[in-house]
Amino acid sequence: MRIGRDLLLGAIVVAMIAGIGFITPSFVSPANLVGLFNDTAILIMVALGQMIVILTKSIDLSPGANIALTGVLVALVNAAFPDVAVPLLMVMAIAVGLLLGAFNGALVWLLGIPPIVVTLGTLSIYRGLAFVASGGTSIVGRQMSPSFIAIPRTEILGLPMMSWFAIVVVAIFAVLLRSTRLGRAFYATGGNPTAAVYTGINVGRTQFIAFCISGTIAGFCGYLWASRYTIAYVDIAGGFELDVIAACVIGGVSIAGGIGTVAGAVLGALFLGVVKNALPVIHVSPFWQLAISGVAILGAVIINAGRERRTGRLILKEAVAR
Amino acid sequence: MSGEEHHAARVIPDRIPNRFRQWQRWEVLLLGVGILIFLFNSFASPYFLNPYNLSDATFNFTEKAIIAFAMALLIIAGEIDLSVASIIAIASTAMGAAAAAGAGPSTLVIVGLAVGLAAGAFNGFIVTRFQIPSIVVTIGTMSLFRGIAYVVLGDQVYRTYPAGFEYFGQGYVWWVFSFEFALFLALAVIFGVVLHLTVFGRRIYAIGNNPVAAQFSGVRVDRIRFILFLLTGLMSGVAAILLTSRIGSTRPTIATGFELEVVTMVVLGGVNILGGTGTIPGVLIAAFVMGLVTFGFGLLNVPGIVMSIFIGSLLIGVIALPIIAGKITRRRRTA
Repeated sequence: MRIGRDLLLGAIVVAMIAGIGFITPSFVSPANLVGLFNDTAILIMVALGQMIVILTKSIDLSPGANIALTGVLVALVNAAFPDVAVPLLMVMAIAVGLLLGAFNGALVWLLGIPPIVVTLGTLSIYRGLAFVASGGTSIVGRQMSPSFIAIPRTEILGLPMMSWFAIVVVAIFAVLLRSTRLGRAFYATGGNPTAAVYTGINVGRTQFIAFCISGTIAGFCGYLWASRYTIAYVDIAGGFELDVIAACVIGGVSIAGGIGTVAGAVLGALFLGVVKNALPVIHVSPFWQLAISGVAILGAVIINAGRERRTGRLILKEAVAR
Repeated sequence: MSGEEHHAARVIPDRIPNRFRQWQRWEVLLLGVGILIFLFNSFASPYFLNPYNLSDATFNFTEKAIIAFAMALLIIAGEIDLSVASIIAIASTAMGAAAAAGAGPSTLVIVGLAVGLAAGAFNGFIVTRFQIPSIVVTIGTMSLFRGIAYVVLGDQVYRTYPAGFEYFGQGYVWWVFSFEFALFLALAVIFGVVLHLTVFGRRIYAIGNNPVAAQFSGVRVDRIRFILFLLTGLMSGVAAILLTSRIGSTRPTIATGFELEVVTMVVLGGVNILGGTGTIPGVLIAAFVMGLVTFGFGLLNVPGIVMSIFIGSLLIGVIALPIIAGKITRRRRTA
């Protein structure tokens, strides 16, 4: 049934692309489609990290702030020491992101503070630290080393590195969630935490790991963001956490935990990417974007609500819903 | 005694005295933090203890606090509304459009309140009709409502508002007491009475603690949920009137990020984000604490974004410290 859902969303995305291509043939040119995917790559990756967190009945509101902080930090290091190799900076971005995610996760795991409260707090803290680190200034393209900017743009087999990163992350997630104990533990933790404990899963630790993964991806994307837009300052990725959650929700990830697929999250992100890229092409004001994504979120959750209720997990809740 | 302590995290509704004591302690702690911040600020800046300055300082939290009172009720009932800032945007846009069409101040107030109510009703309808978690619904309407403001306004601004409209956000009732501040206090009393002294208030706690049990006890759970969304929409409409009147212009970006500050205020005030516990006095104190921090740091030329580090740490710290303290004492007792 979940696969049927993903197919439906996939069909909608393809139909949208085809429909726009019918009006404006240049939209479906291979170059434009590659650009579309490349433009959505960061959203896809961060949405996958978020999905794991949501699977474990948590939520991470901090990825936008995480991106801003790591983006500013790697850009600062790059501006101050242009000789430091970019792969090293990527490792640094990943390490910083992991640290920020681990901080979220530790508060959730060890102190039992609700995830929404923890990440609401760290959202402010991380973005504040980005301001402190940057001193309120922007690090712009000419301060960055050429390779810092060039690496995500380097094309391999016709696709930029940025897109390849996304493809690799998607592949890793597909294997992780389908075929590893950890991956199944994410589903079990959110699907039924009590039963998960009885099967020997450490629920708190699983949530901690989910936050670490989400933070790691956000950190890596902090570098990609700074490089792609050739600018790093305190407000980059402002409100991005909501796009990320929207991608998950449109992709059929249940906010109650335990339900969600890699394909769904990727398609949810692509849906938002297509809307964003298509509006200017069909001469609709880009100001429509937010309203459309709002309608898409509501439509997706209303469609999913009917399906999730029939799973029979919450018998008493049915009585309430009558 | 120690047995009760272990269960402190899981609130059991039939143990009201115990829970009451627990949250009283929270408010005392928060009040202590507030007084410390007040004293610190009084020493740190000579401009702090000045009635006119303090009066000005109230403006940066009254609008958010007015929404926070309604949000507190909603969160106690186990729901949340992340669309409040977007309701401000859509209500303010509607008021701007009405003003452009020549509406007077009283019409604008009606427009603001009506749009707030309508938006709240929309949230409440979707949550109760389709039984969807409110966090998802309101993330959706958060985009939708602000999206509509963007569609209407684009990169334009509404700047002209009729004479007399500025009173709501800039007028003073008496001496240094602004209309906003007076309204804020009045609403604090009203919400306090409704939550703590009425059957409706008890039902909100009942729903937050166990919606199924509440339903079986004859509480019309969905109806109360709907009313609470209406109320939150209405208060967002009120905040939209105050904010629009105060700044005298409407852009689609108005009140961006308010929702997180409002939720922070509510949680800082001791309301359990999972529902079931919390008080209006707590939220009131939290509003003052956040206002004092913002104002005091402002006097010391600390940029707003750095204050957010402090507010974020306060949010986590105020919740984490009692938990850590509890863990340490428990360990000592068992050892």
